[in-house]
Amino acid sequence: MSGGHSTYKPQSGLGRWVDARLPLPRLIYDSFVAYPVPRNLNYAYTFGGILTIMLVAQILTGVVLAMHYAANTEIAFLSVEKIMRDVNSGWLLRYLHANGASMFFVAVYIHIFRGLYYGSYKAPRELLWILGCIIYLLMMATAFMGYVLPWGQMSFWGATVITSFFTAIPLVGTWIQELLLGGFAVDNPTLNRFFSLHYLLPFMIAGVVVLHVWALHVTGQSNPTGIEVKSKTDTVRFTPYATVKDGFAMVLFLILFAYFVFYIPNFLGHADNYIEADPLKTPAHIVPEWYFLPFYAILRAITFNIGPIDSKLGGVLAMFGAIAVLFVVPWLDTSKVRSAVYRPWYKLFFWLFVVDSIFLGWLGSRPAEGVYVAMAQGATLYYFAFFVAIMPVLGLIETPRRLPNSITEAVLERNKGGAASTTQPAE
Amino acid sequence: MSATDSTEPNRRDFLYVATGVAGAVGAAGVAWPFIDQMRPDASTRALASVQVDVSGVEPGMSLTVKWRGKPVFVRNRTEAEIEAARQTPLDDLKDPVARNANIAGDAPATDIARSAGEGRENWLIMVGVCTHLGCVPLGQAGDFGGWFCPCHGSHYDTAGRIRKGPAPENLPVPTLAFISDTMIEIG
Repeated sequence: MSGGHSTYKPQSGLGRWVDARLPLPRLIYDSFVAYPVPRNLNYAYTFGGILTIMLVAQILTGVVLAMHYAANTEIAFLSVEKIMRDVNSGWLLRYLHANGASMFFVAVYIHIFRGLYYGSYKAPRELLWILGCIIYLLMMATAFMGYVLPWGQMSFWGATVITSFFTAIPLVGTWIQELLLGGFAVDNPTLNRFFSLHYLLPFMIAGVVVLHVWALHVTGQSNPTGIEVKSKTDTVRFTPYATVKDGFAMVLFLILFAYFVFYIPNFLGHADNYIEADPLKTPAHIVPEWYFLPFYAILRAITFNIGPIDSKLGGVLAMFGAIAVLFVVPWLDTSKVRSAVYRPWYKLFFWLFVVDSIFLGWLGSRPAEGVYVAMAQGATLYYFAFFVAIMPVLGLIETPRRLPNSITEAVLERNKGGAASTTQPAE
Repeated sequence: MSATDSTEPNRRDFLYVATGVAGAVGAAGVAWPFIDQMRPDASTRALASVQVDVSGVEPGMSLTVKWRGKPVFVRNRTEAEIEAARQTPLDDLKDPVARNANIAGDAPATDIARSAGEGRENWLIMVGVCTHLGCVPLGQAGDFGGWFCPCHGSHYDTAGRIRKGPAPENLPVPTLAFISDTMIEIG
């Protein structure tokens, strides 16, 4: 891993001169060229690289869109239409930015599920995982505020509903809400500060990404077997092996991205957001962007009072709790085995959790009435049970499958159908 | 000289603590304007009151006016609506408090306490913002013939009291005064 000595040897005189003064090329060489990665990484491990590309893409398109956008409630909606109709290539840049946000979340959800499946959060990678959770939180804040900027009906009412979450807090709730809004309702001060913060947060994300990658390079990457790297034969060089694999996955991902941008650019948006914000008229169904739907379903599932906590505060707590629980996952999972590959029961519950999350997302897009409420309550129950009951208990009672002795052995075993296994089964 | 051996706080300890406290107070003082600027500004707070001419609002008609960026419903209720609200036992209410800024804060949510008062029971004036998450409820809709919030399914009755759904409180009645029989000042 990174503990090894640096093998960077500058070839030119200039290279040696720079290396003695600011060894940045050495850092890049050690981190992204000679850096050893487990030889058995599959395509699920390419989403870190894809996410980096998406962050850069969002910042680039966002910076140029900000050159044409006006953060004023009188003209914000019109300025977005102007970008679509008048600004040269404006339609493309805006569709890239809007669909890019969705693609960013597609990638981050796969990245998070991959971490949950292969136990990537387990010691010694707890901080790496927590930094990832912080990035995810910042992404959600950025995306929410970005969605307000076009000043359509969904922008306005989404902002109204989400800032109203804070009024559920006893005593200081309304004060906090007015502090966030800069008024008594969503209005021009709100739009201005959201624009300012929407521009700021991606750079904060970039900062946390640096810490995330740093932490990754201290512990080394996890891998599908969950077994730590033990010898040189367990790894390959980052370049060309990981670089090419990441690059290929990026190309496929960008094709998907381009398909959305060029063929169905409004598929993931909501038609109501092409109606200018009207503070006196609420759309029949307020629906957040698709990537928030599971949490929206959890918010609305709490329709009953829990002791002294009324249903409104309960819903808000459950929704934030659904994200907060991710932060303590490293300590909720009691299993000594890292990867789901060797945990038959965990594997089952994990896939149920994936289905449950998608189901919650679908419920979030339905009206909050009748049978949908009951289904959302059941799905919310499983969501939390997976973390606070299944993870701790299953780790203690599950009998894992036999672990290979090393990554190399696992790879050779698979390639030869297990016939040439060099070790006896542990049982 | 051997000040570090002493278990008693000495002059040096005092200076460290005093410096630290002064620094913390200073940092808080500098931070405050950065937080303070986010609060509603003077021009927003100045939009304190609006006057509404209700001369054209016949029984069964409503008016929506904007006050502090929020809609305010002004409804001239029909006899049937008033009667329905009066017949409702207080025990059936999810929120038993009137939420009327013009009367005592703990007054029960009787129909008269929700309306514009004695002799003006037909007038129901309230902020049209759902107490759940801030949507604007639809008028004369829902299970109780009052207001219905389409966002998360809160039902209000003909006196604007929450009866069913996730909203915790009745729709609030703002500070108001009848300047004349046909002119209301809100705020």
